[in-house]
Amino acid sequence: MQRLHVLVGTRKGLFVLLADRKRAKWSIEGPHFLGQAVNHAVLDPRDGRTIVAAVKAGHLGHTVYRSPDRGATWEESSSPPAFEKADHGESVSHVFWLTPGPASEKDRWYAGTSPAGLFASDDAGRTWQGIDGFNKHPDRRKWIGPPGDAPPDGNTLHSLNVDPFDANHLYIGLSAGGVFETRDRGATWTPLNRGVAAEFLPDPDATYGHDPHCLRVHPKVRDVVYHQNHCGIYRLERRANRWTRIGDNMPREVGDIGFPLVLHPRDAKTAWVFPMDGGTVWPRMPVGGKPAAYVTRDAGESWQRQDRGLPPAHGWFTVKRQAMACDSLDPLGLYFGTTGGEVWSSFDEGETWQCLCLHLPEIYSIEAAAA
Amino acid sequence: MKVVLPSPLASYTANRREVQADGATLALLLADLDSRYPGLRFRVVDEQDAIRPHIRIFVNRSLAPTLDTPLATGDEVLVVAALSGG
Repeated sequence: MQRLHVLVGTRKGLFVLLADRKRAKWSIEGPHFLGQAVNHAVLDPRDGRTIVAAVKAGHLGHTVYRSPDRGATWEESSSPPAFEKADHGESVSHVFWLTPGPASEKDRWYAGTSPAGLFASDDAGRTWQGIDGFNKHPDRRKWIGPPGDAPPDGNTLHSLNVDPFDANHLYIGLSAGGVFETRDRGATWTPLNRGVAAEFLPDPDATYGHDPHCLRVHPKVRDVVYHQNHCGIYRLERRANRWTRIGDNMPREVGDIGFPLVLHPRDAKTAWVFPMDGGTVWPRMPVGGKPAAYVTRDAGESWQRQDRGLPPAHGWFTVKRQAMACDSLDPLGLYFGTTGGEVWSSFDEGETWQCLCLHLPEIYSIEAAAA
Repeated sequence: MKVVLPSPLASYTANRREVQADGATLALLLADLDSRYPGLRFRVVDEQDAIRPHIRIFVNRSLAPTLDTPLATGDEVLVVAALSGG
C-alpha cells in the first residue's frame, strides 16, 4: 500500500514524516545525516523509491546522497557537483535545489548550487556534471553579481523546473539574478524578467538582476508559470513574455512578499503563498506575528486568507522558499515547515491547519509524495 | 606514514581514526588516502585543491597550508576538524 512521505530537510538532518493515504496517523523516521544541513531532499516521482538529498557537514563541505529504498540505505555520490578547476576558480558551498528530470529520462536529475551553478546527473545522482552553457556562460558573472555580493548563504541557483511538455526546456531562478530559461537543455539562456519589479535596481526595466524567491511551472497545464519574487507575486502564460503582478490583488496590509509558492497540481488557477513582512527592515516573518497562507483560485485575481488553526498571534517564524509543498491526494494536502522547527499541515486545501511535528531543527525544505 | 583523522571522517574509514597512507607531498598522500577510502579527499579538499575552510592539516604539528607541502617517511599527518558554527 502506498504511504505518504513528507521529507523535511533541516539545518541538522533529514526527517521523514509518514502516513497512510488517509493522513490520520503519522510517524517520524530519522534523523538521517544527524548534525548535517539538508537543504533539499526529493523522492523521485518516476520510480517512487529513490531519494536524492543535498547534504552539507559544517567541516566537510557539501555532498549528495542517494537512497534506492526510500531512505533505508544511503550511498554518497562518488562525484558530487563541483566547478571545474581553474585559476581563481569557484568552489561549491552547498547544493541548494534538486529536481528530478523528465519522465522520459528516468535517471536524469538536476542540481542548483551556491554559488549559482547548474549540474546534472544521468545516473540517478551517483555522479554529477556541470552544465557548461550556464556555468561557463560569458554573462553569468554579470547575472549573479561579483563574488561575495550575495544574499545570506550566498548567491544561489534554485527553482529548477523542467517543462513537463518539453524536456529540453528548463526554467531556473537566480537569487539574485532573475528568472532564466533554456530551450536547448542548458546550452543557451534567456532572461525572463519583463514586468518584474526590482526596487533595489536603478533601472525599472532591467533585463536581469531580479530576485525570484520561488518559481513553479504547472505540471499539467502547458505554459503556466507562477513565481514569488522579492518584489511581489507574478503569473505568466507563455503566449506572453511579460509577467503580471498578481500580488497587487493581495490585501494591502499584508502585501505580496514571501518565499514559497505552491501550485495545485490539478487546477492551474489555484496557488498558495505564505506572506512575510517585507516592510521597513524586512523582518521576513508573518505580518503582525499572525501567520497565514493565502490562496488564489482564479489565477491571482483574488486571494483568500487561510489561518484557521494557526497561531492567532505571536507566530514569529519564517517559511523558507523550499519549505512549503503539497501532496497529490484529493483533497490536496498542504505542508509547511518553519524556522522554529514546526511542520504544519492541511488536508482540506488550506481551510484548516494542524501542527504535525514540533521541535525539529530549523526547517529548510519540505517535499511530499505518495509512494 | 601515520595519518590521524577527525571524527567527521570516520564514516569513510570504518571508524578507524588512525590509518596509513603514502605520498611525497600532501596532495599525493590525500590521493592515496582517497584510493583506500573513496570520497574522503573531497571532504577535506575542494575542487580548487584548497583545504576546506574548517579543516586544518598539520605535519609533525606544523600547520600545512597547501597541498604541495612535502612529506617524508616517518612524518605524522594530523587532520583536524576545526571549530565551525553551532
